[in-house]
Amino acid sequence: MDLLSSLALGFSVALDPINILYCFIGVLLGTLVGVLPGIGPTATIAMLLPITFTLGPETSLIMLAGIYYGAQYGGSTTAILINLPGESSSAVTAIDGYQMARKGRAGAALATAALGSFFAGTVATLLLAFFAPPLARAALNFGAPEYFSLIVLGLLVSIALAHGSILKALAMIVLGLLLGMVGQDIYTGTPRFTFGVRELFGGLNFVAVAVGVFGVAEILRNLENEKEREVGVSKVSGLWLTKDDIRRIIGPVLRGTALGSVLGVLPGGGHILSSFASYSAEKRLSKTPEEFGHGAIEGVAGPESANNAAAQTSFIPLMTLGIPAHPVMALMIGAFILQGITPGPNVINQEPALFWGIIASMWIGNLLLVILNLPLIGLWVKMLSIPYRVLFPAIVLFACIGTFSINQNIYDIYAIAFFGIVGYLLIRFGCEPAPLLLGFVLGPLLEEHLRRAMIISRGDPMIFIERPISATLLGLALLAVIVAVLPSIRKKRNEVFVEDD
Amino acid sequence: MKTIVKILAAGLVTGSALSAVTVMAQDYPNQPVTIVVPFAAGGPTDTVTRLVAAAMSEDLGQQVVVQNVGGAGGTLGAGQVAAAANDGYTLLLHHIGMSTAPALYASLPYDPMTDFAPIGLVTEVPMTIVARKDFEPATLEDLIAHVKENGEDITYANAGIGAASQLCGLLFMDALDTKMTEVPYQGTGPAMTDLLGGQIDMMCDQTTNTTSQILAGEIKAYAVTTSSRIAVLPDVPTMAEGGVENFELGIWHGLYAPAGTDQAIIDRLAASLQKALTSETVGTSFAELGTYPVQASEATPAALAQKLEGQIGLWAEVIAAAGVSAQ
Repeated sequence: MDLLSSLALGFSVALDPINILYCFIGVLLGTLVGVLPGIGPTATIAMLLPITFTLGPETSLIMLAGIYYGAQYGGSTTAILINLPGESSSAVTAIDGYQMARKGRAGAALATAALGSFFAGTVATLLLAFFAPPLARAALNFGAPEYFSLIVLGLLVSIALAHGSILKALAMIVLGLLLGMVGQDIYTGTPRFTFGVRELFGGLNFVAVAVGVFGVAEILRNLENEKEREVGVSKVSGLWLTKDDIRRIIGPVLRGTALGSVLGVLPGGGHILSSFASYSAEKRLSKTPEEFGHGAIEGVAGPESANNAAAQTSFIPLMTLGIPAHPVMALMIGAFILQGITPGPNVINQEPALFWGIIASMWIGNLLLVILNLPLIGLWVKMLSIPYRVLFPAIVLFACIGTFSINQNIYDIYAIAFFGIVGYLLIRFGCEPAPLLLGFVLGPLLEEHLRRAMIISRGDPMIFIERPISATLLGLALLAVIVAVLPSIRKKRNEVFVEDD
Repeated sequence: MKTIVKILAAGLVTGSALSAVTVMAQDYPNQPVTIVVPFAAGGPTDTVTRLVAAAMSEDLGQQVVVQNVGGAGGTLGAGQVAAAANDGYTLLLHHIGMSTAPALYASLPYDPMTDFAPIGLVTEVPMTIVARKDFEPATLEDLIAHVKENGEDITYANAGIGAASQLCGLLFMDALDTKMTEVPYQGTGPAMTDLLGGQIDMMCDQTTNTTSQILAGEIKAYAVTTSSRIAVLPDVPTMAEGGVENFELGIWHGLYAPAGTDQAIIDRLAASLQKALTSETVGTSFAELGTYPVQASEATPAALAQKLEGQIGLWAEVIAAAGVSAQ
């Protein structure tokens, strides 16, 4: 079957009124759970799985996929408006998005996120349609050594995330790496930093840490000064993008889409890197890097596009090989199985209507999301005019309920409180929480792949240099360090890093 | 005289207590029943539980809610149910890990034998011994010879300490009296990715995860770990056919209530479980997962108690011999 007839088949499935309806329900639910801090797509899809029993396979998977990428849209809304990222990807959006909101440009930030995501979603859907099987094959060449080198590159490049001192940024990454070590070591089963608490064996919950260091810390900071207390946005200047904004976001959106599409295909954690990588890239390329961290629109456009592109292309390993890239994809496998379809290399041939239907529905879902979200921007921004004393306790409460609902683990709530205080102290000391989260997310992956590579090579570190992809990535990492150290560029780097000191 | 009064009084007290319990049991269930799954939603155990819970809801006339309490290899969720009220409204559906935890963890917050009242076995998912598709050995006999010869040069993926995939590997190495290089993963999903990419040599995993890849020719299957061949993979031999005796391993799942739950309630739940397992929806859904419900005679408290006791003994030996510990 050639591509055009396949796509035609896909659209005939996706444009079925029932499927459009469930696609809409999916993206709407996704947007809502994305907006509510703490309740993520994982919990929602888990709760809705039994309901999909009664729906057809196409309909139920279209709805569940809609929840997933809808949540990516919704997650950026809270990150921008109240500095509460619900997922690792929106943690990056919070850096500049929230600063834009504080300057009264919440509308522009939200519009950028929506449009960037739509463009990225469209491109990634096309990629999925054209190249899914070969891309998935190529991704299989990534083994433990390649992932290790990729993460090293990501960490070194991402030091640009901080806009304060480089030393503090490094310290935050290391602290994040240490926090990521809490829990049971998967190789030996040894509990680390758990203090005998069984609830900590699974490690710290990302959402709890993120809600703490970003959200609760921000609330504490605001409470500090009764009189100058901010209401997020005091005055809102224009809900829409100016001509200048549009000119500034084109490049970041294109680059973010490309980065996100490529990284999303890698099942071993590529999608986590996408938004961090895009942010670093934009900051490096920018003529005005000093604006980053203070409300640079490029810092919203790039990561948001990268994140959405990766969300779409992370379906590639699932749909063509039957392997999940992250917990949400694992749940999608559960959904396939409940429908009597075992996801694997045969789905594309045995269930063409399902395969192409889901792909086509993704584009329709992205369109629905833009239609749904652009008019909502005004409403979201109005939400900020809710009195502070009402809004913030409600947010903390929602965050706690949402986080607790995932694993019913009381230590997740303790973690929110603890990291709220830690985050507040960090703000006081002038340290950035974003590099900490990066270390926290990538640390366990870094360790896992390093140790696995060393086990496979039977203790020989040459494995990282002998394998071409790994060697190339390490070479790039070395280049990044050299560029940062070279004296001629140091002057520029100082501008980038030290303007806050 | 005094003694008689005492006996009478005691009789009265027990009698009234008994009748209170009977009333409670007759009334059961009059509110939703929760089944705790000690693993994340969407995994194989969760899927099995949701299918059974839906069928039991119909029979019990009350919602049977599935609650995921993941963490610490399933011991968190099991510990929560052990400490729950023994009124029959909080149950546990746990797999083989129930019997391996005592050997893996130095201290458990519960005793699997005394803190639970078994209700019945649910299913036993077969496992398959698989390898990357360009792995040299052609047959099971070749594989056994190859593994014996190359030992630690062969990489063997598993899902970490105490996972079924690790236990299967331990049994396999024990049976062949050799050692391979174990490569742990966070679950067999990522391990399958690396097996597909040829990054590692071998793995042992449930049919739920391997069947479609085997049928598509993406990986090689050498053996099933059941006593006879299975319907979905008719060409794959059993371990006994390859000359390895006493190698039987399945991911068995059991349903439990907290210890001290009234016998009438246990019987009611066992009857409901048996009914659920014979229903057509459960049968077909299980078949699609590559497994099957146990016989009605096994979905009983006695059968589960016997299974649990035997398995705790078996794994204590295997795990101690391999020197594995989760703490």
